[in-house]
Amino acid sequence: MTDLAATTSTAAPVADRRHIARYLPGYGVYAAVAALLAFNAAFTDHFLTVGNLRTQLIQVAPVVIVALGMALVIGTEGVDLSVGSVMALAAAVLPLYLGYGAVPAIAVALVAGVAVGAVNGALVAVVGLQPIVATLALFVGGRGLALVLADGQLKQLHNAALLAIGSDDVLGVPAVVLIAAALAVAVGFVVRGTTFGRQLVAIGGNRVASQLAGLPVRRVLCCTYIACGVFAALAGVLATARLNASDPSALGNLMELSAITAVVVGGTPLSGGRVRVLGTVVGALLMQLVRATLIKHDLPDSTAQMAQAVIILVAVYVARERKSR
Amino acid sequence: MSPIAELVGVSKRFPGVLALDNVSITLARGEVHALVGENGAGKSTLIKLLTGVYTPDAGEIRYAGRPVSFRRPLDAQAAGISTIYQEVNLLPRMSVASNLYLGREPRGRFGLIDHRRMYADAAALLSQYGIDVDVRAPLQSLGLGAQQMVALARAVSVDARVVIMDEPTSSLEPREVDTLFRVVRDLRGQGVAIMYVSHRLDELYRICDRVTVLRDGRVVHTGPLAELDRLRLVSLMLGRDVAEVRRHGLTRFSESHTAAAGEPVLRVRDLTRRHVLSGVSFDVRPGEVTGLGGLLGSGRSETAKAIVGALPVERGEVTVAGRRLRRLSPAAAIRAGISLLPEDRKAEGIIPELSVRENIVLAAMPRLSRVGVVSRAQQDRVVDLFMKRLRIKAASPDQKVSELSGGNQQKVLLARWLCLNPKVLLLDEPTRGIDVGAKAEVQQLIDDLAQEGLAVVLISSDLEELVEGADRIVVLHAGAVVDELAGDDVSESHLMAAVAHDGEAPE
Repeated sequence: MTDLAATTSTAAPVADRRHIARYLPGYGVYAAVAALLAFNAAFTDHFLTVGNLRTQLIQVAPVVIVALGMALVIGTEGVDLSVGSVMALAAAVLPLYLGYGAVPAIAVALVAGVAVGAVNGALVAVVGLQPIVATLALFVGGRGLALVLADGQLKQLHNAALLAIGSDDVLGVPAVVLIAAALAVAVGFVVRGTTFGRQLVAIGGNRVASQLAGLPVRRVLCCTYIACGVFAALAGVLATARLNASDPSALGNLMELSAITAVVVGGTPLSGGRVRVLGTVVGALLMQLVRATLIKHDLPDSTAQMAQAVIILVAVYVARERKSR
Repeated sequence: MSPIAELVGVSKRFPGVLALDNVSITLARGEVHALVGENGAGKSTLIKLLTGVYTPDAGEIRYAGRPVSFRRPLDAQAAGISTIYQEVNLLPRMSVASNLYLGREPRGRFGLIDHRRMYADAAALLSQYGIDVDVRAPLQSLGLGAQQMVALARAVSVDARVVIMDEPTSSLEPREVDTLFRVVRDLRGQGVAIMYVSHRLDELYRICDRVTVLRDGRVVHTGPLAELDRLRLVSLMLGRDVAEVRRHGLTRFSESHTAAAGEPVLRVRDLTRRHVLSGVSFDVRPGEVTGLGGLLGSGRSETAKAIVGALPVERGEVTVAGRRLRRLSPAAAIRAGISLLPEDRKAEGIIPELSVRENIVLAAMPRLSRVGVVSRAQQDRVVDLFMKRLRIKAASPDQKVSELSGGNQQKVLLARWLCLNPKVLLLDEPTRGIDVGAKAEVQQLIDDLAQEGLAVVLISSDLEELVEGADRIVVLHAGAVVDELAGDDVSESHLMAAVAHDGEAPE
């Protein structure tokens, strides 16, 4: 997404294969989604219906939101494993403050996301831990804390305003889908058009050089992890609202992997220095569609997981080509 | 003395460079042989050929009188060639004894490691070298000097007949150096051949018997070290004839800058960091190019890094235009008006994935934005200006910087710093690795900038460039200022003398 402009300047295409190899990692994900939709249009009954597409979008929305935050973190050459636990933490916090109304409760849940992100950011940027280790701490500890807060129990929720976010439509589109779309646009703008976004990408691309150029490396890293935490908390709130219940033991399980998958499949390199926002959204969509397609064809969930594994391998393999250039 | 290892007419080519060109060198039993040369002279390639990391493209390696071809490092080790690298390459968390006997531990019954014997052997071995440490303790609990000695003991205890030491003293205290040298002399007495690689001339003269000087992949001199005085040695390393220098050179610098007057804009005082810098102080005036001279490892780059706060110091202060920087950090330095063009363009300079435009505006971005939103129009103005002024050749500002040539990448980096409008510009090897045309342009630019009143600090391994570019040269040795050349003293012969006559320098 950030490099669309760079394609205009290249010299005449030398060989078609090299051309394809070059653009495949970037745009292969769009082609894959298109192919999958075409396949379903031809072979799956009732797939391309408004009702089904609605369901798919609603289901993918939380993944998209988490993956957007993850894309930013991965853009800095980091990773955030704690996102699933942050979702659980947000879910656990919600019922504790719903007595004050939906808005304060949501605000507290988001603050929990800020807190976790700040700890992650501090561990990475100030203490200097490797991101995978730093965020592993809250991956484990965050869910533990969520279970303590919730007494380890599933709680039914009855706050109408909160539940409405999960189930209502705005102009015929589910609210959660609109929120995810709005966030995608916002993140796209931040990455492309703000000093923060450009500094983030620069730091991911060459941290030493960024430091020497006087960039506020610590601040940018901290803010990035905080943004990721807030996004995960928001995803936790939305998922809880849809579920009509706070379920901190199950909510967000394996979400970190889904989010990383979406980011990688979408063409953002794990080595940092680039953030593909649209690719991330489409990457999440692709994984969702693969799963839905297989389930519609009566293949078990376990098969869907294996199919996902293959897609991840292909995405990583294709991205590898770019490095050797 | 009979030779133990020989390279005969050896060449080694890498894509684009001939790293070694018909090199012959002989290591005799019981000699300490110095191998010297500047960066890129081919020293490490030579070492890697001897240790089996590379195989020669042409020529022959002879060992104990017979031609050999080492296919991998293990072959060379098995034959009796041991290497001790700059950084100790042992396993820090394992015990001292395990490190000494790694891969050849004494075995007891059932093939298990006989720890008791290993500890006893290790203690006995180390005591031969006057090292008294707990051999069961993890290696990392020892000082660096002691670790170096363990590495040496390991190298020798595998029945080494040739020991290659690559900058072994770079992290040692003077007392530890003495111990090391004692061991080296013992080894020499036992008939071991030692190849000693170091930039520290004092050490070479203390310990080495013969010397081979490499330059640009060729042997330019070999013979007894005692017959070669320091000045001659340095001139051989740098490729400058002492007598022949006076002529006017090939660089694009003008004679000197008359504008250099008035108060210094940059004052550096007492920059100190253990083992790296000891009390570096100097001034830089506006409109003047101040050179930092010295051999590799003398602390030139470190001084520049310390000034902009990229290398933490224990002591020292930096004053810009009369205002002392309270905290040294790259951001603070940039705010105060100091910019550093770092030595390593790839690792510390360019952001390869980003475009030319973004690489240029990287440091200036906050100034070219409104409330955190990047202003494309303002960026374009600056980028356009500098791409024209520095004649940066790119298909468009949107081209990825990694697709440009080295010279153009360097210009992009120069543009990054110039668009900040600095008061002081520190240039660390600004013309290294760029083609001749770009080199001349960069030199011309440095000249122009100084004419316009900018204070420039120039670091260069290219003597000619340094002498002709700089109005004044501050000479460093072992992290300390040992001399300052100004006026007519700024000549290659004076600079070489200053670099070479470093014996009296405070350590």
